Order: sequence, then structure tokens, then C-alpha cells
Amino acid sequence: MADAAATGSQALERPRRAHLPGGVLSADLLFTRSVQLTGLIVLLMLGAIIVMLAMGAWPALAAEGLPFFWLPQWDSVNERFGAGIMIYGTLITSVIALVVAVPLSVGVAYFLTEILPNAFRKPVGMTVQLLAAVPSIIYGMWGFFVLAPWLSEHFILDVADVFANIPVLNRVFDYGSGNSIFTAGLVLAVMILPLITAMFVEILNATPVVLKEAAYGLGATRFEVIRDVAVPYGRRAMIGAVMLGLGRALGETMAVTFVIGNATRLSPNLFSQGATIASTIANEFNEAGAGSLKLSALLGLGLTLFVISFLVLLLSRRFVKPRAGG
Amino acid sequence: MRASLKRRKAVNGFVAVLCTAAALLALFLLASILFTLVARGLPALTLTTLTVSMAPTGENGGLANAIVGSLIQVGIGMLIAVPVGIMAGTYLAEYGRGSKLAEIARFVSDVLLSAPSILVGLFVYTLMVATTKTYSGIAGAVALAVIAIPIIIRTTEDMLNLVPTPMREASAALGAPMYKTVTRITWRAAAGGILTGMLLALARIAGETAPLLFTSLGNLNWSTSLWKPMASLPIAIYQYAASPYEDLVQIAWAGALLITVGVLAINIIAQLVVGRGK
Repeated sequence: MADAAATGSQALERPRRAHLPGGVLSADLLFTRSVQLTGLIVLLMLGAIIVMLAMGAWPALAAEGLPFFWLPQWDSVNERFGAGIMIYGTLITSVIALVVAVPLSVGVAYFLTEILPNAFRKPVGMTVQLLAAVPSIIYGMWGFFVLAPWLSEHFILDVADVFANIPVLNRVFDYGSGNSIFTAGLVLAVMILPLITAMFVEILNATPVVLKEAAYGLGATRFEVIRDVAVPYGRRAMIGAVMLGLGRALGETMAVTFVIGNATRLSPNLFSQGATIASTIANEFNEAGAGSLKLSALLGLGLTLFVISFLVLLLSRRFVKPRAGG
Repeated sequence: MRASLKRRKAVNGFVAVLCTAAALLALFLLASILFTLVARGLPALTLTTLTVSMAPTGENGGLANAIVGSLIQVGIGMLIAVPVGIMAGTYLAEYGRGSKLAEIARFVSDVLLSAPSILVGLFVYTLMVATTKTYSGIAGAVALAVIAIPIIIRTTEDMLNLVPTPMREASAALGAPMYKTVTRITWRAAAGGILTGMLLALARIAGETAPLLFTSLGNLNWSTSLWKPMASLPIAIYQYAASPYEDLVQIAWAGALLITVGVLAINIIAQLVVGRGK
């Protein structure tokens, strides 16, 4: 039976090809080959990025060895470079961003899907998506000219006063400036807020209406329906959305560079100036001479950032269902 | 029973208040950004700003060279990215089903999509600037293309996957070879969606700063040579905003307003294209 089918399809195929003019066949082949080639180009692009970064970073990695990835030193004078300070800055600003943005996003998404009258939902939803498209340099400028001065006048001193006599916390919230790790975290939070909110709204709206109606039928309140039906239903996708927001925050350059102060020293004080991987690269790259160890160290930072954001992507893919065809 | 119902209703009401407060706070923050942008940008957005090149403080400079530089780099970036992105997306959706290479290419495209844009700048620096020993407009364009390509791939693939298989079968049944089916049938059916993807990629790279920092570098003078450092709007904003001079900061705000309005306009057009397709 299988044999018959095979010969049948062959019999069908042969005359079809025979009747096609040679030009059509080669055009088809040409098209097939060119789309395959572009697929290959994309593969090579990523390969080239990794290889170029690794090759450029090699001298700096060789100078410090594996400890490059955690040594908290960035000494341009003595040419001792490690990524520790910037990794700390990158992680702490992103954590602040998530701690602020995720609860806010959940609240806003709940408001947009459950409380807001139906007529407003579509325009407001579209506005949220539009805000997610605003270039990050705009958030950076707003942070630098509006948020940082406000924080230094109305927030940082008061908070530092409150914690002044509490051990540990008085080190974390010590007196500092408007341009700080904390401010950078807040700017990142405002930047990823529309992004995460838009995804949350989509996820909450994807809950099957039947499930929600069943819960309402049992007498659940609006909040209980969301907490016990919609959120468990979309939990994995929501974690994936948070991961995507985290990925954006980790690699963000412009929004951070404006407000973090770009000081390459380690301090537990969130109100002190700091640096992230991206901000250090942006800030110091043009000072580093071609072929210098510093340039190599900056490329090493780039490699580190690539590894971190790759790991976050892998994590987020564990939670989000693969796309159709993927 | 009754007390518990009361408590549950109270919790429900409390959450509603909390969420409304969250929405108001978010709205306030985002309104503050847009308000600052308009309040500081609009007064500086004069004809001089649009028609005069960048100049040191006190010399009434503008942004003309940066605007033109951005248009050139974004234009060339799209010219590179659109064919590559659409072809690769077509490969993933039409040719690569079940193939190992396509699976890897799809994953790689996703990695590129999520990679921080400053890394693309570093990559193009080592690839083009370090080797030619000069920052150049073309390097900036290539960096922008590398960012646009995965966006176009993703939307092209997604849109082609939405085209019903019977359309392809009908085309094949009429004797059309695969390439004709793809170019005349599936591409046409998905044209609106693919166009949207292109517009979103355009909006994204128009506002990108980080990948241009060490590729096209920026240029204070009028220059349209692709082989020399080239000004761009985001870099000009960055340079001016970080300067201590009030007149330059004002021009930076004008540029910021310009770029935001441009990016949002492209996004709105993209949404309209999608809306028409449905």
C-alpha cells in the first residue's frame, strides 16, 4: 500500500516537472536557495557577534583569568579590570525596576481589564502599547531632568533620615545624590511598566470567558475571579512577561546612563552613584584607545551582558509556550 | 457566612481602590514624561532648529545635520533589513517546517531580538570600525539593520503562519511552482502584517541610540558621506542633553519631541494597517 502510494506520487510528480519550462524550475530553485541563504545569514550573524566579542575580550580575560567575571575592580590607571561592580549595578537596578514595576503593572492591568468601563478599554490599551514604543533615551532625559532633581529634593534625604539609626538599613539607604542606582532602577521601572502592563492585559484577556463565568456563578467576587481563575490560568505567561521585562532592563543603556552617575565603585548604598554594564560601555568606550586593554575589558563586559541576557531569555522561554511553528 | 461575605466584598473593594490608585500613578508618571517633552521641546522647535546644523553653545545651532543623518542611516538600515528579514521569515514559515536548521535559525533570531542593542553596537564596531579605522555612517546603518532584521523576521513568520494552508494548496493545484505560490499568494495574503512589522522595525531603529554610539559616532558638521562619522538625532540629543549649556539642552528637548512624535506616528500608522487588514 505504502509502495503504491509512493510510486503514485512519483508518477504524478514526473510529468509535472517535465512539462515545466526549464526557466521556472531554476527560478524555483533560485528562490529556495536564496531564502535558505538568508536563514543562514541570520545564524552567522549571531555566531559572528559571539566570536567577535569573545575575540575582542580575550586580552582582558587572559589578563585576569576567570575572576574577570566577578572581580569588583575597574582601575584604568593600573589597568586592572573586572566586571564585578557593573554586574552588581546591572542586577540591582533591574531588581529595583522589577520590584517597582511588576506590582504596579498587575494593578494597572487589573484596572484596565476589570474596572475601566468597556468603551475606554481599547483606546487606553492602545495608548499603553504606544508608550512601550517611546525611545529609551526619552525616559533617560526625563529621569535626568525631572525625576532625579525631585528625588534629591523630596525623597532621598527624608528616607535616609528615617533609616539613619537602624543598622544595616542605614547603610543601604544612606545619604546620597539624585543621580544614583536607586534613580536608575526607578527610571527602568517606568520604562518597562507599559511593556509588562501590555503583556499582562493580553494574558488576562486570554482567560476563557467560560471559566470566569463559572467562577462568578459560584458567587466569587471580581478580585477572587482574577486571583483564583485568571492568574493561575495565565501564570506561566505572566512569569514569561516579567522575564522579558527583566531582559529589557538588564540591557538598557540610555535610560540608565543619564541617571546612574557612572561611578565604578562598589557601595551598598542605593542612593550612591554606580554603574551598569551597558552604562559603562556607553560611557567609557570612546575614551578607550583602539587595541588597549581597556577596550578589551569593555568588550569583555559586553560578552558578560550577552551571557546574562541569554540566560534570562532561556528562562523566559521555559515559561512562555513556544510560538506556533516553533 | 454573612460576616465572611462582607469581608470578601471589602477585600474586593479594597483591591479595586488599590488598582485604580496604581493606574492613576502610572498615568501620572507617563503624563509627566509626555508633558515635560512637550513643554520643554515645543518652544525650542523652531524653523532654525530644523534648518541649521549643530553648533557650539551660543551660536544658534540646530539639528538639520542630525535629522538628515538619521534619515540616511535609518533608510539604508531598512534597505538592508527588509529583504533579509522578509526572506528569512519566509524561509522559517514556508520552507523550514520541521527542519533542524530552521529551528536553530528561529532560536537565533529570538536571541538577536532580545539581545541588548548596545551589544550590536560593539559587534559592528569590531566588524567595521576597528577594521576600517574610522567611524562611519554606513557602520551605523548596518548596526540599525542588525536590530531591525529579527523584528521583521518574527512578524513576517507570524503573519505567514496565519495564511490558511488551503490557499497554498489551491495555488499548487493550479500548477504554480513554490516560488510563485510564495510571492503571488502567501506574501500578498500577509502583506498588511508584513508591512506592519516593517513599520514597527522602522519605529524601533529610529529611536535607537546605543548602537550608534561607537559606529557612526555623531558629527557636529554637515556631512552626508557614508564613510565618515555621521550625525544622528538620538546621538545629538544625547550629546546636547548631557551638556551644561541651557541653549543646547533646549535643542535636545526639541529633538526628543521630534523623535517621539515620529516614532509614535509610525506606530499609529502600523496599528491602522493592522486594523485595515482585519
